Amino acid sequence: MTAGLWEHWVLPGIWITIQLTLYSAALATVVAFGIGIARTHHLRVVRFFAGFYTEVFRGTSSLVLMFWIFFVLPQLAGWALVPMWAAVLALGLSYGAYGAEIVRGALNAVAPAQREAGVALSFTPWQRMRLILLPQAVPEMIPPFSNLLIELLKGTALVSLLGIGDVSFAAYLVRLATTESAEIYSITLVIYFVIAFLLTRGMRVLERKAKAGIGQKPEPGVGILRRLNLRKTTEKPSNVIVGGGGS
Amino acid sequence: MNNGTDKWDWGAVSDFMPHFWDGVLVTLQVLALGSLISFGVGLLWALAFRAPTRFIRWPVGIITEFIRNTPLLVQLFFLFFVLPEWDIQFSAETTGILAIGLHYSTYTAQVYRAGIDAVPVGQWEAAKALSLSYPRTWTAVILPQAIRRVIPALGNYVIAMLKDTPLLASIGVLELLQRSRLEAAQTFQYTEALTVVGVAFILIAYPSSLLLRALERRLVR
Repeated sequence: MTAGLWEHWVLPGIWITIQLTLYSAALATVVAFGIGIARTHHLRVVRFFAGFYTEVFRGTSSLVLMFWIFFVLPQLAGWALVPMWAAVLALGLSYGAYGAEIVRGALNAVAPAQREAGVALSFTPWQRMRLILLPQAVPEMIPPFSNLLIELLKGTALVSLLGIGDVSFAAYLVRLATTESAEIYSITLVIYFVIAFLLTRGMRVLERKAKAGIGQKPEPGVGILRRLNLRKTTEKPSNVIVGGGGS
Repeated sequence: MNNGTDKWDWGAVSDFMPHFWDGVLVTLQVLALGSLISFGVGLLWALAFRAPTRFIRWPVGIITEFIRNTPLLVQLFFLFFVLPEWDIQFSAETTGILAIGLHYSTYTAQVYRAGIDAVPVGQWEAAKALSLSYPRTWTAVILPQAIRRVIPALGNYVIAMLKDTPLLASIGVLELLQRSRLEAAQTFQYTEALTVVGVAFILIAYPSSLLLRALERRLVR
């Protein structure tokens, strides 16, 4: 592979992949907190619609959703999004639905006495959420969010099928240019792995800070892969897994 | 027949339905075979995590982490383009099944591992006290207890796999998404075929997840 291919396709591709990941993660976070908090709302209607949203977006395939936003939405709505933003919208909405389950789970895991204490002190529901529940729930959300972030990173590869020039698309072009597949696809896989590794390091720092804020220590990594360990094993045998294979 | 800019055309839906059912068949076939591979290979990974020597544990740990943290789509292209260069010829569908099965085996491996870790130490000790052989300890004592607990979690990954089968459209496997794209390319009506496919995924995935939740309540404890 020549320096030109590297400079013109692969490097910009890496940058687009990173941008896609960050923007979609930002949108997904907003959606996750919005829907997740709505699922603990006291009105049944609100809970129902939030639950409906999560089931729909968790139920459908993110690639199908992406094609739908890309090809069908313009026909139904009469306007089209720039490809990049269509992709961010699709990824953010579907991974936000997975994130909402994490938010809901963490909120429900806060000891009930904490909420009752808030009621006893006559906090408004919003004050309870902001001052009591969220500060305790957020540090618990970070490890599963970290896993979801990697799923999201892997999900961004789908945009190459829409012709957006991310690193997977660059790999495809390089393959056509060099008629050599093994090298470029191995490099691409390594690039994704390195980005995933860096993202988890970042999330680990975030977790340590968040847990220090409420006086806890993060659990140490387990097992042989402590140094390389990208994910905490969040699965419990009885656990209905949140996230899980976006792409 | 309307042109593509109209809002919704039921005629296009009924035209698409025969292709839709063919697509469902392919999707379910990929899903079934992919699941089998992922269950089998995942169990092998999980046993290797517990291997007595680190010369097995470490490489297996690194390989599975690598597969788990890189995109299925790129792995799919890797297998699809690189295997023929090494003179290994598979059909697109076989390649897709292998890619999905292998990718998800690294997830099921973690599920099995969690299940195996949850078997009480006393069970291992009892097997040792009865002087059961190593293979016998696994097959008669540990695995039957571990697998029972992890069935719902495995089911979750089958649903996740279902939602990843559309990726196979990228290498030309005639599953649901590819059928809808072909239909759209012929009729210039993207709306109907793609919407039908999207709704179909929800209609399969949501009841299955309800079923799993019910199963979980029965199987776990």
